[in-house]
Amino acid sequence: MSAFHTLKVGFHRLGSPPNFYRLCTRLAPWFWIGFVVTATVGLYQALYVVPPDYQQSDSYRILFIHVPSAWQALAGYAIMAVLAAIALIWRIRTTEILAMACAPVGAAFTLICLATGAIWGKPMWGTWWVWDARLTSMLILLFIYLGIMGLYSAFEDRRKGARVACILVLVGVVNIPIIQFSVEWWTTLHQGSTINLLGESTMDPSMLPPLIWMTIAVKLMFTAVMLQRASLDLIDQDRRKRWVDGVIGEQSS
Amino acid sequence: MIGSLWALLSQDLRLAIRHGGESLMPLMFLFSVIILVPLGVGPGPNLLAAIAPGMIWVAALLSSLLALERLFRPDFEDGSLEQWWLGHLPVYGLVLVRLFSHWLITGLPIILFAPIAAQMLFLHPDALGTLMISLGLGTPILSLVGGLAAALTLSTNRGSVLLSILVFPLIVPVLVFATGAVSVAAEGISPRTHLGLLAAMLVLALTLVPLAVTSALKLNIE
Repeated sequence: MSAFHTLKVGFHRLGSPPNFYRLCTRLAPWFWIGFVVTATVGLYQALYVVPPDYQQSDSYRILFIHVPSAWQALAGYAIMAVLAAIALIWRIRTTEILAMACAPVGAAFTLICLATGAIWGKPMWGTWWVWDARLTSMLILLFIYLGIMGLYSAFEDRRKGARVACILVLVGVVNIPIIQFSVEWWTTLHQGSTINLLGESTMDPSMLPPLIWMTIAVKLMFTAVMLQRASLDLIDQDRRKRWVDGVIGEQSS
Repeated sequence: MIGSLWALLSQDLRLAIRHGGESLMPLMFLFSVIILVPLGVGPGPNLLAAIAPGMIWVAALLSSLLALERLFRPDFEDGSLEQWWLGHLPVYGLVLVRLFSHWLITGLPIILFAPIAAQMLFLHPDALGTLMISLGLGTPILSLVGGLAAALTLSTNRGSVLLSILVFPLIVPVLVFATGAVSVAAEGISPRTHLGLLAAMLVLALTLVPLAVTSALKLNIE
Protein backbone atom coordinates (compact mmCIF):
# COMPACT_ATOMS: atom_id res chain seq x y z
CA MET A 1 0.00 0.00 0.00
CA SER A 2 1.54 3.27 -1.08
CA ALA A 3 1.91 6.22 1.21
CA PHE A 4 -0.38 8.24 -1.01
CA HIS A 5 -3.12 5.65 -0.65
CA THR A 6 -2.78 5.71 3.14
CA LEU A 7 -2.93 9.48 3.06
CA LYS A 8 -6.05 9.43 0.90
CA VAL A 9 -7.83 6.92 3.12
CA GLY A 10 -6.80 8.90 6.19
CA PHE A 11 -8.19 12.09 4.68
CA HIS A 12 -11.50 10.40 3.89
CA ARG A 13 -11.66 8.95 7.41
CA LEU A 14 -11.42 12.46 8.82
CA GLY A 15 -14.85 13.17 7.36
CA SER A 16 -16.31 10.91 10.00
CA PRO A 17 -17.15 12.88 13.15
CA PRO A 18 -15.94 10.32 15.73
CA ASN A 19 -12.59 9.91 13.95
CA PHE A 20 -12.20 13.63 13.59
CA TYR A 21 -13.00 14.19 17.25
CA ARG A 22 -10.53 11.52 18.29
CA LEU A 23 -7.77 13.03 16.17
CA CYS A 24 -8.40 16.56 17.48
CA THR A 25 -8.40 15.55 21.12
CA ARG A 26 -5.30 13.42 20.67
CA LEU A 27 -3.29 16.07 18.79
CA ALA A 28 -4.26 19.19 20.72
CA PRO A 29 -2.27 18.47 23.95
CA TRP A 30 0.90 17.94 21.89
CA PHE A 31 0.47 21.27 20.21
CA TRP A 32 -0.05 22.92 23.60
CA ILE A 33 3.13 21.31 24.94
CA GLY A 34 5.01 22.43 21.85
CA PHE A 35 3.64 25.94 22.27
CA VAL A 36 4.73 26.15 25.93
CA VAL A 37 8.24 24.94 25.12
CA THR A 38 8.80 27.16 22.07
CA ALA A 39 7.18 30.20 23.71
CA THR A 40 9.35 29.81 26.81
CA VAL A 41 12.52 29.62 24.73
CA GLY A 42 11.39 32.46 22.47
CA LEU A 43 10.34 34.79 25.27
CA TYR A 44 13.47 34.10 27.26
CA GLN A 45 15.59 34.96 24.25
CA ALA A 46 13.47 37.98 23.42
CA LEU A 47 13.64 39.46 26.88
CA TYR A 48 17.11 38.52 28.10
CA VAL A 49 19.37 37.39 25.29
CA VAL A 50 18.82 39.66 22.33
CA PRO A 51 20.67 43.01 22.45
CA PRO A 52 18.77 46.29 22.75
CA ASP A 53 17.98 48.22 19.60
CA TYR A 54 20.25 51.18 18.82
CA GLN A 55 17.31 53.55 18.40
CA GLN A 56 14.61 52.13 20.62
CA SER A 57 16.74 50.39 23.30
CA ASP A 58 14.59 47.89 25.17
CA SER A 59 11.06 48.93 24.18
CA TYR A 60 11.28 47.29 20.77
CA ARG A 61 10.99 43.85 22.38
CA ILE A 62 7.20 43.92 22.01
CA LEU A 63 8.00 43.24 18.36
CA PHE A 64 8.45 39.57 19.25
CA ILE A 65 4.75 39.36 20.08
CA HIS A 66 3.46 41.91 17.60
CA VAL A 67 5.03 40.49 14.43
CA PRO A 68 4.25 36.77 14.97
CA SER A 69 0.64 37.69 15.83
CA ALA A 70 0.34 39.73 12.66
CA TRP A 71 1.81 36.93 10.56
CA GLN A 72 -0.51 34.42 12.17
CA ALA A 73 -3.57 36.61 11.59
CA LEU A 74 -2.78 36.53 7.88
CA ALA A 75 -1.72 32.87 7.81
CA GLY A 76 -4.78 31.88 9.81
CA TYR A 77 -7.01 33.58 7.26
CA ALA A 78 -5.22 31.77 4.44
CA ILE A 79 -5.75 28.43 6.22
CA MET A 80 -9.38 29.30 6.83
CA ALA A 81 -9.82 30.23 3.16
CA VAL A 82 -8.40 26.88 1.99
CA LEU A 83 -10.64 25.01 4.42
CA ALA A 84 -13.63 27.09 3.32
CA ALA A 85 -12.96 26.29 -0.33
CA ILE A 86 -12.71 22.55 0.46
CA ALA A 87 -15.89 22.73 2.55
CA LEU A 88 -17.84 24.49 -0.19
CA ILE A 89 -16.63 22.30 -3.06
CA TRP A 90 -16.79 18.87 -1.41
CA ARG A 91 -19.39 19.68 1.29
CA ILE A 92 -17.43 17.93 4.03
CA ARG A 93 -19.02 18.68 7.39
CA THR A 94 -15.90 18.33 9.51
CA THR A 95 -14.07 20.72 7.20
CA GLU A 96 -16.86 23.26 7.65
CA ILE A 97 -16.49 22.96 11.42
CA LEU A 98 -12.71 23.28 11.21
CA ALA A 99 -12.96 26.37 8.99
CA MET A 100 -15.34 28.07 11.41
CA ALA A 101 -13.04 27.16 14.31
CA CYS A 102 -10.25 29.21 12.71
CA ALA A 103 -12.19 32.45 12.77
CA PRO A 104 -12.21 33.31 16.51
CA VAL A 105 -8.53 32.45 16.89
CA GLY A 106 -7.57 34.52 13.88
CA ALA A 107 -9.65 37.40 15.20
CA ALA A 108 -7.89 37.12 18.56
CA PHE A 109 -4.46 37.29 16.95
CA THR A 110 -5.51 40.29 14.86
CA LEU A 111 -6.66 41.99 18.05
CA ILE A 112 -3.35 41.16 19.76
CA CYS A 113 -1.49 42.58 16.78
CA LEU A 114 -3.48 45.82 16.81
CA ALA A 115 -3.27 46.20 20.60
CA THR A 116 0.47 45.52 20.83
CA GLY A 117 0.98 47.82 17.87
CA ALA A 118 -0.90 50.62 19.64
CA ILE A 119 1.00 50.02 22.89
CA TRP A 120 4.27 50.14 20.97
CA GLY A 121 3.23 53.12 18.91
CA LYS A 122 2.30 55.49 21.72
CA PRO A 123 5.74 55.88 23.32
CA MET A 124 7.68 55.32 20.09
CA TRP A 125 5.85 57.25 17.40
CA GLY A 126 3.64 59.39 19.62
CA THR A 127 0.29 58.02 18.60
CA TRP A 128 -1.97 55.10 19.47
CA TRP A 129 -3.35 54.91 15.95
CA VAL A 130 -2.94 56.31 12.48
CA TRP A 131 -5.23 55.79 9.52
CA ASP A 132 -2.57 54.51 7.18
CA ALA A 133 -2.79 51.58 4.77
CA ARG A 134 -1.35 48.80 6.93
CA LEU A 135 -3.27 49.58 10.12
CA THR A 136 -6.54 50.25 8.33
CA SER A 137 -6.33 47.02 6.35
CA MET A 138 -5.57 45.04 9.56
CA LEU A 139 -8.63 46.65 11.14
CA ILE A 140 -10.63 45.60 8.08
CA LEU A 141 -9.31 42.06 8.59
CA LEU A 142 -10.56 42.13 12.17
CA PHE A 143 -14.00 43.19 11.00
CA ILE A 144 -14.05 40.49 8.34
CA TYR A 145 -13.22 37.89 11.02
CA LEU A 146 -15.98 39.28 13.27
CA GLY A 147 -18.41 39.27 10.36
CA ILE A 148 -17.62 35.61 9.66
CA MET A 149 -18.15 34.72 13.34
CA GLY A 150 -21.39 36.72 13.45
CA LEU A 151 -22.71 35.20 10.23
CA TYR A 152 -21.97 31.65 11.39
CA SER A 153 -23.75 32.16 14.70
CA ALA A 154 -26.78 33.85 13.12
CA PHE A 155 -28.07 30.65 11.54
CA GLU A 156 -30.01 27.99 13.41
CA ASP A 157 -28.99 25.31 10.91
CA ARG A 158 -25.27 25.15 11.65
CA ARG A 159 -24.33 23.49 8.37
CA LYS A 160 -26.09 26.17 6.34
CA GLY A 161 -24.52 28.86 8.49
CA ALA A 162 -21.06 27.36 8.02
CA ARG A 163 -21.46 27.21 4.24
CA VAL A 164 -22.77 30.78 3.99
CA ALA A 165 -19.89 31.97 6.19
CA CYS A 166 -17.45 30.08 3.94
CA ILE A 167 -18.64 32.19 1.00
CA LEU A 168 -17.86 35.29 3.04
CA VAL A 169 -14.40 33.89 3.86
CA LEU A 170 -13.62 33.51 0.16
CA VAL A 171 -14.91 37.02 -0.61
CA GLY A 172 -12.66 38.46 2.09
CA VAL A 173 -9.53 36.84 0.64
CA VAL A 174 -9.02 39.93 -1.53
CA ASN A 175 -7.99 41.80 1.61
CA ILE A 176 -4.96 39.59 2.27
CA PRO A 177 -2.75 40.78 -0.60
CA ILE A 178 -3.77 44.36 0.25
CA ILE A 179 -2.48 43.92 3.80
CA GLN A 180 0.64 42.15 2.67
CA PHE A 181 1.70 44.69 0.09
CA SER A 182 0.24 47.80 1.72
CA VAL A 183 3.59 48.86 3.10
CA GLU A 184 5.18 48.49 -0.34
CA TRP A 185 2.49 50.27 -2.28
CA TRP A 186 2.00 53.25 0.03
CA THR A 187 4.33 55.30 2.21
CA THR A 188 2.97 54.78 5.65
CA LEU A 189 3.94 55.37 9.24
CA HIS A 190 4.24 51.60 9.66
CA GLN A 191 7.66 50.14 8.98
CA GLY A 192 8.30 48.65 5.59
CA SER A 193 9.04 44.99 5.16
CA THR A 194 12.39 44.09 6.66
CA ILE A 195 12.06 40.32 6.59
CA ASN A 196 11.81 38.84 3.13
CA LEU A 197 11.41 35.19 2.21
CA LEU A 198 12.82 35.63 -1.27
CA GLY A 199 15.52 38.19 -0.70
CA GLU A 200 17.81 39.69 1.82
CA SER A 201 16.38 40.63 5.16
CA THR A 202 17.44 43.89 6.69
CA MET A 203 16.84 42.85 10.29
CA ASP A 204 19.99 42.27 12.30
CA PRO A 205 20.63 38.47 12.39
CA SER A 206 21.14 38.52 16.14
CA MET A 207 17.48 39.46 16.53
CA LEU A 208 16.10 36.69 14.34
CA PRO A 209 16.17 33.61 16.67
CA PRO A 210 13.50 34.74 19.16
CA LEU A 211 11.36 35.93 16.25
CA ILE A 212 11.50 32.49 14.68
CA TRP A 213 10.83 30.75 18.01
CA MET A 214 7.83 32.99 18.69
CA THR A 215 6.49 32.52 15.16
CA ILE A 216 6.59 28.75 15.59
CA ALA A 217 5.06 29.09 19.09
CA VAL A 218 2.20 31.18 17.73
CA LYS A 219 1.53 28.67 14.94
CA LEU A 220 1.44 25.82 17.45
CA MET A 221 -0.95 27.74 19.69
CA PHE A 222 -3.20 28.59 16.73
CA THR A 223 -3.39 24.93 15.76
CA ALA A 224 -4.04 23.80 19.35
CA VAL A 225 -6.87 26.27 19.90
CA MET A 226 -8.32 25.60 16.45
CA LEU A 227 -8.38 21.82 17.05
CA GLN A 228 -9.95 22.20 20.47
CA ARG A 229 -12.58 24.62 19.20
CA ALA A 230 -13.41 22.30 16.31
CA SER A 231 -13.76 19.28 18.59
CA LEU A 232 -16.00 21.19 21.01
CA ASP A 233 -18.16 22.55 18.19
CA LEU A 234 -18.54 19.02 16.83
CA ILE A 235 -19.53 17.63 20.22
CA ASP A 236 -22.00 20.46 20.65
CA GLN A 237 -23.61 19.86 17.27
CA ASP A 238 -23.77 16.08 17.71
CA ARG A 239 -24.71 16.05 21.37
CA ARG A 240 -27.76 13.89 20.78
CA LYS A 241 -25.93 11.26 18.75
CA ARG A 242 -24.78 7.94 20.07
CA TRP A 243 -21.08 8.33 19.34
CA VAL A 244 -20.99 11.30 21.71
CA ASP A 245 -22.41 9.15 24.52
CA GLY A 246 -19.59 6.71 23.89
CA VAL A 247 -16.97 9.46 23.99
CA ILE A 248 -18.29 11.04 27.16
CA GLY A 249 -18.57 7.57 28.67
CA GLU A 250 -14.91 6.96 27.83
CA GLN A 251 -13.77 10.24 29.30
CA SER A 252 -15.68 9.94 32.53
CA SER A 253 -14.58 6.37 33.22
CA MET B 1 -33.96 36.42 -22.72
CA ILE B 2 -33.44 40.16 -22.88
CA GLY B 3 -37.21 40.56 -22.81
CA SER B 4 -37.47 38.55 -19.60
CA LEU B 5 -34.62 40.43 -17.93
CA TRP B 6 -36.20 43.69 -18.99
CA ALA B 7 -39.49 42.49 -17.48
CA LEU B 8 -37.79 41.91 -14.11
CA LEU B 9 -36.10 45.29 -14.26
CA SER B 10 -39.29 47.16 -15.12
CA GLN B 11 -41.19 45.33 -12.38
CA ASP B 12 -38.57 46.27 -9.78
CA LEU B 13 -38.69 49.90 -10.87
CA ARG B 14 -42.47 49.98 -10.93
CA LEU B 15 -42.62 48.58 -7.39
CA ALA B 16 -40.04 51.12 -6.26
CA ILE B 17 -42.04 54.00 -7.73
CA ARG B 18 -45.21 52.71 -6.07
CA HIS B 19 -43.48 52.66 -2.67
CA GLY B 20 -42.60 56.24 -3.44
CA GLY B 21 -41.65 57.28 0.06
CA GLU B 22 -38.96 54.66 0.49
CA SER B 23 -37.49 55.42 -2.90
CA LEU B 24 -36.91 59.03 -1.99
CA MET B 25 -34.70 57.96 0.96
CA PRO B 26 -31.44 58.52 -0.97
CA LEU B 27 -32.32 62.09 -1.72
CA MET B 28 -33.44 62.61 1.86
CA PHE B 29 -30.04 61.46 3.05
CA LEU B 30 -28.22 63.69 0.65
CA PHE B 31 -30.18 66.74 1.66
CA SER B 32 -29.94 65.90 5.36
CA VAL B 33 -26.19 65.76 4.97
CA ILE B 34 -26.08 69.05 3.11
CA ILE B 35 -28.20 70.83 5.71
CA LEU B 36 -27.08 69.20 8.95
CA VAL B 37 -23.33 69.10 8.41
CA PRO B 38 -22.87 72.88 8.00
CA LEU B 39 -25.11 73.40 10.99
CA GLY B 40 -23.03 70.95 12.96
CA VAL B 41 -19.48 71.97 12.08
CA GLY B 42 -20.06 75.61 11.30
CA PRO B 43 -20.45 77.29 7.93
CA GLY B 44 -16.75 77.99 7.29
CA PRO B 45 -16.20 77.30 3.58
CA ASN B 46 -12.69 75.87 3.96
CA LEU B 47 -13.73 73.24 6.47
CA LEU B 48 -16.83 72.34 4.48
CA ALA B 49 -14.83 72.06 1.27
CA ALA B 50 -12.40 69.73 2.98
CA ILE B 51 -15.06 67.36 4.30
CA ALA B 52 -17.44 67.62 1.34
CA PRO B 53 -16.26 64.49 -0.54
CA GLY B 54 -16.47 62.37 2.59
CA MET B 55 -19.89 63.66 3.53
CA ILE B 56 -21.39 63.11 0.09
CA TRP B 57 -19.93 59.61 0.06
CA VAL B 58 -21.38 58.89 3.51
CA ALA B 59 -24.78 59.92 2.19
CA ALA B 60 -24.30 57.54 -0.77
CA LEU B 61 -23.32 54.71 1.57
CA LEU B 62 -26.25 55.24 3.92
CA SER B 63 -28.75 55.41 1.09
CA SER B 64 -27.36 52.18 -0.34
CA LEU B 65 -27.39 50.42 3.03
CA LEU B 66 -30.96 51.27 3.90
CA ALA B 67 -32.45 49.89 0.74
CA LEU B 68 -30.69 46.52 1.22
CA GLU B 69 -33.23 45.03 3.58
CA ARG B 70 -35.86 45.05 0.87
CA LEU B 71 -33.56 43.78 -1.86
CA PHE B 72 -34.18 40.04 -1.64
CA ARG B 73 -36.23 39.54 1.51
CA PRO B 74 -39.76 40.19 0.16
CA ASP B 75 -39.18 37.74 -2.70
CA PHE B 76 -37.64 35.22 -0.32
CA GLU B 77 -40.55 35.41 2.08
CA ASP B 78 -43.30 34.91 -0.46
CA GLY B 79 -41.42 32.18 -2.29
CA SER B 80 -40.87 33.88 -5.62
CA LEU B 81 -37.09 33.85 -5.18
CA GLU B 82 -37.04 30.07 -5.66
CA GLN B 83 -38.66 30.55 -9.07
CA TRP B 84 -35.43 32.12 -10.27
CA TRP B 85 -33.80 28.68 -10.39
CA LEU B 86 -36.81 26.97 -11.95
CA GLY B 87 -36.94 29.08 -15.10
CA HIS B 88 -34.64 29.05 -18.09
CA LEU B 89 -32.90 32.32 -17.30
CA PRO B 90 -29.43 32.29 -15.76
CA VAL B 91 -29.63 33.36 -12.14
CA TYR B 92 -26.42 35.37 -12.65
CA GLY B 93 -28.34 37.63 -15.04
CA LEU B 94 -31.32 37.96 -12.73
CA VAL B 95 -29.04 38.92 -9.85
CA LEU B 96 -27.31 41.52 -12.00
CA VAL B 97 -30.69 43.00 -12.99
CA ARG B 98 -31.82 43.16 -9.37
CA LEU B 99 -28.62 44.86 -8.28
CA PHE B 100 -28.84 47.22 -11.25
CA SER B 101 -32.35 48.27 -10.21
CA HIS B 102 -31.01 48.82 -6.68
CA TRP B 103 -28.34 51.08 -8.10
CA LEU B 104 -30.88 52.98 -10.18
CA ILE B 105 -32.92 53.66 -7.07
CA THR B 106 -30.11 54.45 -4.62
CA GLY B 107 -26.96 55.37 -6.54
CA LEU B 108 -28.24 57.28 -9.54
CA PRO B 109 -30.15 59.93 -7.56
CA ILE B 110 -27.02 60.65 -5.55
CA ILE B 111 -25.00 61.07 -8.73
CA LEU B 112 -27.62 63.36 -10.28
CA PHE B 113 -27.90 65.59 -7.25
CA ALA B 114 -24.20 65.55 -6.33
CA PRO B 115 -23.47 68.85 -8.15
CA ILE B 116 -26.03 70.63 -5.96
CA ALA B 117 -24.57 69.04 -2.85
CA ALA B 118 -21.04 69.93 -3.94
CA GLN B 119 -22.03 73.52 -4.52
CA MET B 120 -23.69 73.84 -1.13
CA LEU B 121 -20.67 72.38 0.63
CA PHE B 122 -18.30 74.68 -1.27
CA LEU B 123 -16.41 71.88 -2.97
CA HIS B 124 -13.65 73.17 -5.24
CA PRO B 125 -15.07 73.43 -8.78
CA ASP B 126 -12.12 71.52 -10.27
CA ALA B 127 -13.03 68.54 -8.16
CA LEU B 128 -16.64 68.28 -9.25
CA GLY B 129 -15.89 66.19 -12.33
CA THR B 130 -13.81 63.81 -10.24
CA LEU B 131 -16.61 63.61 -7.69
CA MET B 132 -19.08 62.60 -10.38
CA ILE B 133 -16.71 59.99 -11.82
CA SER B 134 -15.91 58.58 -8.39
CA LEU B 135 -19.61 58.32 -7.59
CA GLY B 136 -20.29 56.79 -10.99
CA LEU B 137 -17.63 54.14 -10.41
CA GLY B 138 -18.17 53.66 -6.70
CA THR B 139 -21.95 53.54 -6.19
CA PRO B 140 -22.30 50.40 -8.36
CA ILE B 141 -19.69 48.77 -6.11
CA LEU B 142 -21.80 49.78 -3.11
CA SER B 143 -24.84 48.15 -4.68
CA LEU B 144 -22.90 45.00 -5.54
CA VAL B 145 -21.27 44.55 -2.14
CA GLY B 146 -24.48 45.49 -0.36
CA GLY B 147 -26.36 42.97 -2.44
CA LEU B 148 -23.84 40.32 -1.42
CA ALA B 149 -24.31 41.12 2.26
CA ALA B 150 -28.10 41.04 1.82
CA ALA B 151 -27.87 37.65 0.08
CA LEU B 152 -25.63 36.21 2.82
CA THR B 153 -27.93 37.30 5.65
CA LEU B 154 -31.14 36.47 3.82
CA SER B 155 -32.51 33.78 6.11
CA THR B 156 -31.17 35.12 9.40
CA ASN B 157 -33.33 36.92 11.94
CA ARG B 158 -31.25 39.86 13.04
CA GLY B 159 -30.20 40.67 9.50
CA SER B 160 -29.71 44.42 9.59
CA VAL B 161 -26.98 44.68 12.23
CA LEU B 162 -25.03 41.87 10.66
CA LEU B 163 -25.55 43.44 7.25
CA SER B 164 -23.75 46.62 8.26
CA ILE B 165 -20.87 44.64 9.81
CA LEU B 166 -20.49 42.64 6.61
CA VAL B 167 -20.67 45.64 4.27
CA PHE B 168 -18.27 47.88 6.19
CA PRO B 169 -14.90 46.08 5.73
CA LEU B 170 -15.54 45.42 2.05
CA ILE B 171 -16.52 49.02 1.36
CA VAL B 172 -13.64 50.79 3.12
CA PRO B 173 -11.20 50.57 0.18
CA VAL B 174 -13.86 52.05 -2.12
CA LEU B 175 -14.47 54.95 0.25
CA VAL B 176 -10.77 55.56 0.77
CA PHE B 177 -9.98 55.75 -2.92
CA ALA B 178 -13.12 57.67 -3.92
CA THR B 179 -12.71 60.41 -1.33
CA GLY B 180 -8.96 60.40 -1.92
CA ALA B 181 -9.53 61.01 -5.62
CA VAL B 182 -11.75 64.01 -4.95
CA SER B 183 -9.35 65.43 -2.36
CA VAL B 184 -6.33 65.29 -4.65
CA ALA B 185 -8.38 66.71 -7.52
CA ALA B 186 -9.31 69.66 -5.31
CA GLU B 187 -5.59 70.28 -4.81
CA GLY B 188 -4.97 70.23 -8.55
CA ILE B 189 -3.21 66.86 -8.74
CA SER B 190 -4.45 64.31 -11.26
CA PRO B 191 -6.73 61.72 -9.61
CA ARG B 192 -5.91 59.17 -12.26
CA THR B 193 -4.41 56.54 -9.92
CA HIS B 194 -7.28 56.66 -7.47
CA LEU B 195 -9.93 56.52 -10.18
CA GLY B 196 -8.05 53.77 -11.97
CA LEU B 197 -8.00 51.61 -8.84
CA LEU B 198 -11.68 52.38 -8.31
CA ALA B 199 -12.44 51.25 -11.85
CA ALA B 200 -10.45 48.06 -11.24
CA MET B 201 -12.46 47.39 -8.10
CA LEU B 202 -15.66 47.92 -10.06
CA VAL B 203 -14.63 45.43 -12.73
CA LEU B 204 -13.63 42.87 -10.08
CA ALA B 205 -16.90 43.32 -8.22
CA LEU B 206 -19.02 43.29 -11.37
CA THR B 207 -17.61 39.97 -12.53
CA LEU B 208 -17.23 38.05 -9.27
CA VAL B 209 -19.83 39.36 -6.83
CA PRO B 210 -22.90 38.09 -8.73
CA LEU B 211 -21.37 34.60 -8.58
CA ALA B 212 -21.06 34.86 -4.82
CA VAL B 213 -24.58 36.31 -4.57
CA THR B 214 -26.00 33.40 -6.59
CA SER B 215 -24.36 30.80 -4.32
CA ALA B 216 -25.40 32.68 -1.19
CA LEU B 217 -29.02 32.93 -2.35
CA LYS B 218 -29.07 29.25 -3.28
CA LEU B 219 -27.70 28.27 0.12
CA ASN B 220 -30.23 30.39 1.94
CA ILE B 221 -33.15 28.96 0.04
CA GLU B 222 -32.36 25.36 0.91
